[in-house]
Amino acid sequence: MMRTYAGHSTAKASNELYRGNLAKGQTGLSVAFDLPTQTGYDPDDELARGEVGKVGVPVSHRGDMATLMDGIPLGEMNTSMTINATAAWLLALYIVAAENQGVDQSQLQGTTQNDIIKEFLARGTYAFPPAPSMRLIADMIAYTVEHVPKWNPINICSYHLQEAGATPVQEIAYAMSNAIAVLDGARERIAASAAASEPGGSGEADGSGEPSGPGEAGGSGEADGAHAADGHSEELMGQVFGRISFFVNAGVRFVEEHAKLRAMSVLWEELGRERYGVTDPKHLRFRYGVQVNSLGLTEAQPENNVQRIVLETLAVTLGRDARARAIQLPAWNEALGLPRPWDQQWSLRIQQVMAYETDLLEYPDIFAGSHVMDGLVAELLEGARAEMAVVAEHGGAVEAVPYMKGALVDSHRRRIHRIESGEQVVVGQNRFTETAVSPLTDDAEGGILVVDPAVEAEQIEALRRWRSERDQAAVDAALSDLARVAGEDSSQENLMIPTIAAARAGATTGEWARTLREVFGSYRAPTGVGEASGHETPDADLTELREEVSRLKEQLGRRPKILVGKPGLDGHSNGAEQIAVRARDSGMDVVYEGIRLTPAQIAASALQEGVHVIGLSILSGSHRELIPAVIEALREAGVQAPVVVGGIIPDQDVAPLKRAGVACVYTPKDFDLTRIMRDIVELVGSGQSALAGNAAVPNGGGAVVGNSALAPNGRGPDGSQSVA
Amino acid sequence: MSGDGAALGARLRERDLSAAPAALNLLESATPADRAQSAALLAEVSPKALGGEAPGHVIGITGPPGAGKSTLLSALLHAWRSSADDAGPQTVAILAVDPSSRRSGGALLGDRARIELDAADRGVLVRSTAAEERLGGLAWPTRAAAHALAAAFDVVVIETVGVGQGETEIVDVADTVAVVVQPGSGDALQFLKSGIMEIPDVLVVTKADLGQLATRTRRDLSAALRSLGSRSTPVLAVSSLPPPQGVEELIAALAAHRAGLDLAGRRLRARRASALADYTHEHGERGLRALGGRHAAEALLAEQEPGLDVPALVAALEGTPPR
Repeated sequence: MMRTYAGHSTAKASNELYRGNLAKGQTGLSVAFDLPTQTGYDPDDELARGEVGKVGVPVSHRGDMATLMDGIPLGEMNTSMTINATAAWLLALYIVAAENQGVDQSQLQGTTQNDIIKEFLARGTYAFPPAPSMRLIADMIAYTVEHVPKWNPINICSYHLQEAGATPVQEIAYAMSNAIAVLDGARERIAASAAASEPGGSGEADGSGEPSGPGEAGGSGEADGAHAADGHSEELMGQVFGRISFFVNAGVRFVEEHAKLRAMSVLWEELGRERYGVTDPKHLRFRYGVQVNSLGLTEAQPENNVQRIVLETLAVTLGRDARARAIQLPAWNEALGLPRPWDQQWSLRIQQVMAYETDLLEYPDIFAGSHVMDGLVAELLEGARAEMAVVAEHGGAVEAVPYMKGALVDSHRRRIHRIESGEQVVVGQNRFTETAVSPLTDDAEGGILVVDPAVEAEQIEALRRWRSERDQAAVDAALSDLARVAGEDSSQENLMIPTIAAARAGATTGEWARTLREVFGSYRAPTGVGEASGHETPDADLTELREEVSRLKEQLGRRPKILVGKPGLDGHSNGAEQIAVRARDSGMDVVYEGIRLTPAQIAASALQEGVHVIGLSILSGSHRELIPAVIEALREAGVQAPVVVGGIIPDQDVAPLKRAGVACVYTPKDFDLTRIMRDIVELVGSGQSALAGNAAVPNGGGAVVGNSALAPNGRGPDGSQSVA
Repeated sequence: MSGDGAALGARLRERDLSAAPAALNLLESATPADRAQSAALLAEVSPKALGGEAPGHVIGITGPPGAGKSTLLSALLHAWRSSADDAGPQTVAILAVDPSSRRSGGALLGDRARIELDAADRGVLVRSTAAEERLGGLAWPTRAAAHALAAAFDVVVIETVGVGQGETEIVDVADTVAVVVQPGSGDALQFLKSGIMEIPDVLVVTKADLGQLATRTRRDLSAALRSLGSRSTPVLAVSSLPPPQGVEELIAALAAHRAGLDLAGRRLRARRASALADYTHEHGERGLRALGGRHAAEALLAEQEPGLDVPALVAALEGTPPR
């Protein structure tokens, strides 16, 4: 199946885009939602500012979903939705939209990504604490396996783990551990609901259930019922196992990457047989979709990304025994900004050339009998099993989130260090850097799509209209029922039922999520930076920098202190984390607050913590709105410390940011973190020498014109895949 | 410079919370000029200047990593800020001392991210600092900050990592020390029994939602305390998961401890201990011997006016000609 991950601005604009893509030969839909929709906020929420319609389409209620799918026959479509924390809600909206097209939910085909653990580990668009998040997932699985049988309720994602720096062993081990947590939860849920429905006699129990013993009331009758339910739930468990698909990554070291996928299919089958008693070979097959690596795509000489994408695609297509069921490719210019339709078309054409012009798909498995491939696979299996045992020792994937997060931050730190030292070659970035002027990035827009800022205001206006025109009493009743079911911890009731009812009643994304947040509590995921180990062997540059930091400390009277934060809803925190770790390794005190901060929060932290400099990272394209808002809040709070910014910042945005008061801007082509640190130390020092004391650091007169990355990796519009 | 220390001290004395960040910047600074200004600041909030002890309740919260201190603090913070009794909402300053190692000199201060904060709330301040190089010790600025902020805030919390051994200094600064342990933590029990851990003023068992395990831990700790002859130390079980339990009781226990305290006596001992620690930090054991040893130094401190602030006491020690 071929598709491109798409959606932006409004439901209407995205609907036109989808219809266009389908006309071009695309065979399914892959919906990208904007960050407020992904994290459960309405467009008029304070946290949504600057994010509406940016990285995907805003969908606030069933009206938006109807517009998004207008004229697309949902009974025939295969729709993949990259949605996680709010997956239950978006699926409910999709079911209601189908209902209104006259299509029954049992006909629907597609996938919801719905993998929350990787949101805590890598992607950051979580909404609720781990335990209730896992309950939502289990409920969705239990619901879809009964009522929407062709739906893939979850896509276990290892994609984002690699983007966050995972080694192949970590990618395999954490994805499998994650799957275990999900399946264990689903097994419990299915057993519970089967037990609950059994006494009345379930029509679906395919004869394996024996009726309760007559004359034996009470206890033993119940035991018989539970036994009968076991047979049914075993069958259901096989179906659930068979519906679990994976969403993986493929890096440019494509031979090892192919071995990784072979290792994953071995482990998956083993898991099915041994842990869940699955026997049907059809259910045991490792099914995966893929988006090839964005982390390795460079901003420098971005045209080189095309050949990287092609090679990465080979990793998931070469051997038939571990071939992807669905592939989506990033655009060549993703590290620069949001791709345009033409950029996406190029990616689709790569797949089409590989599928229709080459002989790639004509042979049986070309690695069958290869000693080298078998050896690689064995090595990866050994490493992955050991790492899975460590996760199990922590109490499973949910409990091990802080451990895994720390391990990923550490791997990523090592990777950056290898690139900085030149040990790992990245053509055009740390080697062969000379280049002629590129005609591709030469136009006025710099070769990227810019979302009209008016979209946000229009969306807010439309939302208010929606709220005023709906039946408020029905919405209130639906939401209070949702709260009731959510509040009963051991509830037999499936959360999908009140969720679908709320969707029908016309509730909004923000209202659904707020209702659940009030019951479940809010949550901040671990940042992993505290656990990341230090630089083992400081190189000459870092040693020199530490000496500079010591000198600065003498001058300031206390250790230089930096605040690192991510304003807005963008959860891609790899860059910010690496900056925090390197600042620590340089000898600074680092306050790292993680993701999803409002300008007011950043200002309050900067003031209370008495920091000398503030580093902000944004990858979602909302820097034009958010950065000036943060600076305004800082100055209002009386904080004069200089601000540096990193992220996917197009060249033409640098000057406006500097006018707004930003001292330095760093982008992905600036991969040398020690150099960024040196800029920052100089910045603090130069501001300092203008004064004679320590507290208020002025906005550094000697603003460094920097070009480095607070966000060394590409934005990575990550998609979910249907592999049906 | 952040302005003059005396003016900042006077603002804190007037309970102007907005003076706190600049005051902390000053107190953390090691330049000689800033140290002089710090002394001026602390003189303005000394018992002598205040006409009595600083009104704030200085609470030490300590416990091993992962015991749930930050979550507990979030719950306490929420309760203090919304307290509906006659006292109304309490203003709170949290001094979070992070245990991060200082291998490279730098430190990652993660506590702020773990505590739930309302950015718009001007009645709360959180300041993160790295733990001192020496094990378990409270950095000079933290002790000075606690003294100064107690003049302006209703509650000053010092959060440290440890299980009661080694970090005795928190006892030297806090009016009330709460040790936080999680269910099943046999270490705390052993430390308590073997006398490594000082008997805390309040013992808190977190994660009460774990049910039996929490109940058993609480019972074991109570029994250990009784066998050590401490019948008064409350052992409380709290859960911060919704619905929270035990938080109101903990607040009441903290307040009760403070009410039953000879505050002036404890604070006076704390200031003298701080002065001695600072002096020793600055001049080493050798400096201490020059005064005639620890006992002689303590005797000297005991002769000083009770309302003096710590820098004034240090100055008194330094002013003594070597014998």
